[in-house]
Amino acid sequence: MGKVVKIVLAGEGGQGVQSVAEIIAEAANEEGREALYIPNFGVEQRGGVSVAYLQIGDEPIGAPKFQTGDIVVALSDRAVHRTKQYVGPETIFVYDSGIENVENELPKNAKKVLGIPAIEVSKNELHPRVFNIIIMGAVIKATEVVAVEDAKAAIEKKLGYKFEKNPKLREMNFRAIERGMELVASAM
Amino acid sequence: MSVQPAMPKCWRMESKPHKFCPGCGHGLVLKALGQAIDELGIQDKVVFGCDIGCSLLSWDFFNVDTVQTHHGRTTPVITGIKRANPGVLGIAYMGDGGGYAIGAQHLVSAATRNERITVILVNNTQYGMTGGQMAPTTLPGQKTETTPYGRDIQATGYPTQGPEMVAAITPEGAYVARGTVANVKQLKGFIKKALENQMAGNGFSFVEALSTCPTNWRTNAEETWKFVEQEMTKYFKVGEIKVPGPREKEGQ
Amino acid sequence: MPEKPIQGEKRVFMTGNEVVAWAALAAGAEIMYGYPITPQNEIMHYWTRLMPKYDRKFLQTEDELSAGFTTVGGVLAGRRAFTATAGPGNTLMQEPMSMAEAMRLPVVVVVQQRGGPSTATVIYSQQEVTMTTLGGNGEGLRVVYSTATHQELFDYTIKAFNTAWKYRFPTFVLGDGYQAKMRESLTFYDPAERGIEMVPTEPYVGKPGMPGVDRPPTHLRNTYNVEEELYEVLKDYLADYAKAAPEIAEYEAFDTEDAELVVVSHGVVSRAGKAAVKELREAGYKVGYFRPITLRPLPVDQLREVANKAGQLLVVESANGQLDRLVKEAAYGCSAEILPMFKPGVGITAEEVVARVKEIKG
Repeated sequence: MGKVVKIVLAGEGGQGVQSVAEIIAEAANEEGREALYIPNFGVEQRGGVSVAYLQIGDEPIGAPKFQTGDIVVALSDRAVHRTKQYVGPETIFVYDSGIENVENELPKNAKKVLGIPAIEVSKNELHPRVFNIIIMGAVIKATEVVAVEDAKAAIEKKLGYKFEKNPKLREMNFRAIERGMELVASAM
Repeated sequence: MSVQPAMPKCWRMESKPHKFCPGCGHGLVLKALGQAIDELGIQDKVVFGCDIGCSLLSWDFFNVDTVQTHHGRTTPVITGIKRANPGVLGIAYMGDGGGYAIGAQHLVSAATRNERITVILVNNTQYGMTGGQMAPTTLPGQKTETTPYGRDIQATGYPTQGPEMVAAITPEGAYVARGTVANVKQLKGFIKKALENQMAGNGFSFVEALSTCPTNWRTNAEETWKFVEQEMTKYFKVGEIKVPGPREKEGQ
Repeated sequence: MPEKPIQGEKRVFMTGNEVVAWAALAAGAEIMYGYPITPQNEIMHYWTRLMPKYDRKFLQTEDELSAGFTTVGGVLAGRRAFTATAGPGNTLMQEPMSMAEAMRLPVVVVVQQRGGPSTATVIYSQQEVTMTTLGGNGEGLRVVYSTATHQELFDYTIKAFNTAWKYRFPTFVLGDGYQAKMRESLTFYDPAERGIEMVPTEPYVGKPGMPGVDRPPTHLRNTYNVEEELYEVLKDYLADYAKAAPEIAEYEAFDTEDAELVVVSHGVVSRAGKAAVKELREAGYKVGYFRPITLRPLPVDQLREVANKAGQLLVVESANGQLDRLVKEAAYGCSAEILPMFKPGVGITAEEVVARVKEIKG
């Protein structure tokens, strides 16, 4: 019985953390694994930090939320503050290295703290709209919860109708996943 | 008053004589309704819902399928039935408290949605069953148990103009009228047209009936009729207010 | 005839609200009445998107009083009718449900609990247990299924229609905001293909034939003139309920035989309870797991058996003792000590339950 992988993704509204969690969950489900994804929602989300809780395993998942993540991803300064509570000695904490003045706020108790320049890469190399897909690549690499092909298939399922009109988008999204994986690989 | 004709055919003999107080207007309204049902031949199509308040006493009044609901909730119950089974003719029967106070949001919303149901509302200017408290329809200066010195319009507002409100908020196809137990023939005509309007699927239909409550008014027969014919009509104009087809002449 | 919404078995991955809409379709629900409130809204969203294809109906009402009373109307017309609500909406829903109790109307209500009292949070809680099991002015003559997984949301939404129409008590599916919004996998099926026969419906009003001539008219009332008249009716209802209760009551339990402490939880919290008990067992703790699936009626006999065997029950819930009160009433006089773990309006994780048990057991 494989251990359940617990993931927290947090960012500002519009950064697309919920889509990332949903796509990874869909990909895991397509692989026949058990996945449970729950967003924070409603009043708590308006104007606040958007948090996605994702668990993937081989047995039915337990409680929908949890105390400590295996990987915690924070994409804004507020998200760093909000997600510190989910960090434990076994946690890999990933944040965007473009967030300013956050060094002192980073968790001290994590197994690893990885700063990746996802915002920068999305702006300079790809396109800001695929920022969250870079993050998705980073999560997949750090956790190995789903195979990259399945992640791509899940993106295809969700965005295929857009790719039909503009095949370049597909290429850019797939490139974004790979770049995210590379960023984590080099940071680790 | 004309000679009393025989009981309407759709009345249930086993529950007669009915349970309303002597001089109560409910019996007259229900007679008008019974005659309308008979004339239209719809006894087997009608689903009758009665509110809580004195109208609850009509729960076994007719040989038609009947449900007694909660105070103010007859409109949504009949709406739910009609939506689920459009083949029936839904009648929601209530008092002024049920329609204009506790159930006002339901009346307003059913009217604006143009629900294909018929609401018959008995206006006797106070809460009869609970012992004569002020209702939305209590006349200015009228003494009730909660306005013992007379209704103060500064503190409690003017009598609710129910049909006028319903007429204002219903789309085309609605039928709205105010009748009175002082003219049962006319009232029956209004109720009949209201039911025909539902049968035609035109829209919401609403009839308010000015009615009597000598028990709580503490009036004798003469005072009772004077109140309904002369006092209530100062605030509540009798007649058709909104008609999809041709209007019936006043006083007919 | 529109096609069946679900053909064959199908593994799906979706939110709980979407599951409820599909389950109601699969159960043959004919009409939904509803009023917007978070976190149940998507039940209406999915229902209204799916219904034209399957020839079903929907009415958006002016409030939950109306949603409840129109649902009552739908049932009176003989339709499989349902509504969904939460929190303050559930408060309003108690009035129509007391009428459903009084007239034995098989109304189905899905509740996705949110924080309370008042508007509180739109997120999650288990604080609608008391209200859903015992709300309204009356005796709690209703059935409440508390689900824990999306599979159960599907299974028990279908079952709720059958329980309601078989026993003629209003029936609730008690979920919560977590179940409403989270996504997980489950298997869809057509009830008939699983051998689940839907209990036939029948109209109370608008029946064929001339009332008073071909058949007696339906005369339904909820008002009685004298105390004794009401008492006679209630005695029958209570007897029916007592007879049905053991047939309706459901529970889930394991490792209770030799357990020194049994974790008692319901709904989504039982997922944490289950994971915690498994983990504690592996660590050598003699703990067991008990979960009432029906909160009303409770599986009283099974609960008492556990409460007489184990030294301690730990009642774990996202409310301040609403399940605890039900458990204590059912287990009155039993030997077990009953300990609390209450987090009103807040989710409970397996880690927390493990920590609490270790704290108790030293």
